[in-house]
Amino acid sequence: MDNLLLNVHNVSKSFPGVKALADVGLDVRHNEVLALVGENGAGKSTLMKLLSGIHAPDSGSFELDGRPIQVQSPKQAQELGISIIHQEFNLMPDLTVAQNIYIGREPRSGNFLLNDRRLNARAAELFARIRIDLDPKSKVGDLTVAKQQMVEIAKALSHDSKVLIMDEPTAALNEAEVAALHEIIRNFKSESTGVIYISHRMDEINEIADRVTVLRDGGYVDTVDAGSTPIRDVISMMVGRRLSTEQRPDPAPAGTDVVLAADGVSTRDMLSGVSFELRAGEILGFAGLMGAGRTEVARAIVGADRITAGSIEVHGRQQKIPNPAAAASLGIGYLSEDRKHLGLLLDRNVKENIALSSLGRFSGGGFMKGKAMAAKAQELVGTLRIKTPSVNQPARNLSGGNQQKVVIAKWLLKDCDILIFDEPTRGIDVGAKEEIYTLLNELASQGKSIIMISSELPEVLRLSHRIVVMCEGRVAGSLSNDEADQENIMEMATRFGADDVVPAGAEPAGGTQ
Amino acid sequence: MSTVQAAKSESRTHTGDTAGRTLSGRLRSSLQQFLAFASLIALVIFFSIASGKFMTLSNISGILLATSVIGILALGTTFVIISGGIDLSIGTGMTLCSVMTGVFLTYLGLPLIVGVIGGILTGAVMGLVNGTLIAALKIPPFIATLAMMMIAEGLALVISGTSPIYFGSTPGFTNLALGSVIPGLSIPNAVLIIFIAAVLAGVTMSKTIIGRYTFSIGSNEDATALSGVNVKKWKVLIYTFAGAFTGLAGVVMASRLSSAQPGLGMGYELEAIAAVIIGGTSLQGGKGSIIGTVIGALIMSVLTNGLRIMSIPQEWQNVAVGAVILLAVYLDMLRRKETS
Ligand SMILES: Nc1ncnc2c1ncn2[C@@H]1O[C@H](COP(=O)(O)OP(=O)(O)OP(=O)(O)O)[C@@H](O)[C@H]1O
Ligand SMILES: [Mg+2]
Repeated sequence: MDNLLLNVHNVSKSFPGVKALADVGLDVRHNEVLALVGENGAGKSTLMKLLSGIHAPDSGSFELDGRPIQVQSPKQAQELGISIIHQEFNLMPDLTVAQNIYIGREPRSGNFLLNDRRLNARAAELFARIRIDLDPKSKVGDLTVAKQQMVEIAKALSHDSKVLIMDEPTAALNEAEVAALHEIIRNFKSESTGVIYISHRMDEINEIADRVTVLRDGGYVDTVDAGSTPIRDVISMMVGRRLSTEQRPDPAPAGTDVVLAADGVSTRDMLSGVSFELRAGEILGFAGLMGAGRTEVARAIVGADRITAGSIEVHGRQQKIPNPAAAASLGIGYLSEDRKHLGLLLDRNVKENIALSSLGRFSGGGFMKGKAMAAKAQELVGTLRIKTPSVNQPARNLSGGNQQKVVIAKWLLKDCDILIFDEPTRGIDVGAKEEIYTLLNELASQGKSIIMISSELPEVLRLSHRIVVMCEGRVAGSLSNDEADQENIMEMATRFGADDVVPAGAEPAGGTQ
Repeated sequence: MSTVQAAKSESRTHTGDTAGRTLSGRLRSSLQQFLAFASLIALVIFFSIASGKFMTLSNISGILLATSVIGILALGTTFVIISGGIDLSIGTGMTLCSVMTGVFLTYLGLPLIVGVIGGILTGAVMGLVNGTLIAALKIPPFIATLAMMMIAEGLALVISGTSPIYFGSTPGFTNLALGSVIPGLSIPNAVLIIFIAAVLAGVTMSKTIIGRYTFSIGSNEDATALSGVNVKKWKVLIYTFAGAFTGLAGVVMASRLSSAQPGLGMGYELEAIAAVIIGGTSLQGGKGSIIGTVIGALIMSVLTNGLRIMSIPQEWQNVAVGAVILLAVYLDMLRRKETS
């Protein structure tokens, strides 16, 4: 037993009304990647927050390299050699990359004067060592989400830590960037270090992890060997039941009306001549690489970006849609990719968040019908299995995945005919994904039309009646579900000038300066 | 990250982009300062054409003198605003500092230098109290400093017994602001003082650790704390540092008036905040600059002075300043939209 890097014994943690962790144990060996999996709200992030000094455990203990430790603050965690990449971004958008990475540890001349030349040199050195392509001087707020994630990763690695914790680091990354991250992790782990890796992407677990620890409902389930345990076994440990995989949708409804048609839609920055049709009762999938312009299509339709050419028809009538509110009044709902910023009032409770955009339904004579609102919210919390002690819990206190479900609930309540879901299951656990799939199918069979943008091909194939593949702001092709498979979608998605879309993370180091 | 940027996350993956965008980002932020500077020049040109009395040495030095107090207040409060806070107590706080300077010099008969330092320290102590209320007791800055504004106003009146304190016993004191150490040029020392204060503030902002944490806390306070920075401590320091500027403004004000006027002060805080905002500092925190604040303060006093010279009544001067604030903020928002 001299081989343990980190040992967590019988840790419990409660928040008001929620037992987030009950008697959870876990160990990390040297030179290994331990995957930590579990459904939304299982307690993964909470456990990591205890390890990184953000919350204090109610009971239980930690040992690092065999010595008992107490972690009372993030600073102390750093000093002990525990660094963490949080599920949410923790960057200062107005500072530069280098300033972000070395915040709190900036090189100084004397006591008070900053030495930014040394700061930038140190960052450049770091990037060369870990092979990340970033410019130390660029402002973090100007970077793409994927690059910001790279900044977080670089920041965590800059600490020379023993234990590196990553809480869903790949949620914003594309395939190539994920591969680059995995390479970084392989280089990081050594005889004196180890990694705890949280992810909802099951394919990654096989790829990177040595062992897998499963949590369910704040409790410890089991730890298994990653290589020899089939993924579906891990999944059933997570959800406590078996899930079916490899399904395809029912055939598309035949001959229904076209409810939404785009004809040659272009925007200033991205899209050129995008055309497609969406029929009633249909789920239309949008596939493509990151940066192919899928989100921009959605933004153009709902009027968040200005259209420079082309037209949009809704229910057969040409419409000019100046802004998302106008889109909503035409019955088009857009569930954006960035739910945390665009979709949720973190300080308001679950009920209010759900009812927010349909308040009209819950008011009479200028007063709110609180009871009706609570009942409806309760119903949706049940349908979507949102894990919360009550509908009166502030959204801030929900786990990342459950916050997303709240946003979905909001749009479901709104009763739009046309729903655009941008990455509807990102950060959502496998069990809840199933429920969202079922829900989308039900909505479609009720006659609603759905556009679903997703980076996960299995998900696109599983749900979409037809699939539009985008590449570099253009439609590369469109396939019906029975013609489509992963290969021909990928082939289309890389059709135009493929070398242009290779992500930065995959490039050799040294191209930085 | 702003929401617009986040939503656009998908659109770029090219490598060359980062460098290109930062460069244009830098260009844009200097463009903002350029815009403010250009507006200042435009105002100056306009008023010089409109009135022959504007472009005279005595008027220019009058404008600079008028900028000194508001300008010094604005310098300190730039730190507070960039850190994501606000300080409403600087106006009456400044008056309390004037009164305390009067107490030190006139009542207690201490030497000039002690009185000056005492006045500045009074401001720093007020900042320390503000910072502690905000950082340790978690009282929202608006409320904490609103209360402090009233407390300072009251204390100034109580301590002075509601009547002005004159500096007759310390003859050198008035020269502090109104004398001129540069022979030949009739530029009052107050102008020199704000110049030195601005350089000090500028260097602190861009070259020292306190400046870095000011931006960092304003940009994302939680993230700064999670990175292991002692945010509480630095917030207290930021308010204390800003408070020292309030103290300095109080000393300059007292010297200019040759007296500490306990009834003054209310309203100065808003003018200082306005100068900061016209200078392109965002009330949301994280963005801003000292040079912008200096230009902002100059724009305000050129405007007031010019309108007065053109015999526009006081009431209309207020309307004009208000309109300029709206315009400045709107332009800034347009620019931000362009950026993302
Ligand atoms: N600050 C808090 N106050 C109240 N409840 C909290 C707080 N933080 C977490 N919880 C609750 O604790 C439980 C565990 O949350 P946690 O964030 O650890 O889940 P998770 O496993 O990381 O889920 P996800 O996959 O969705 O990120 C959830 O029910 C959540 O609502
Ligand atoms: Mg989590």
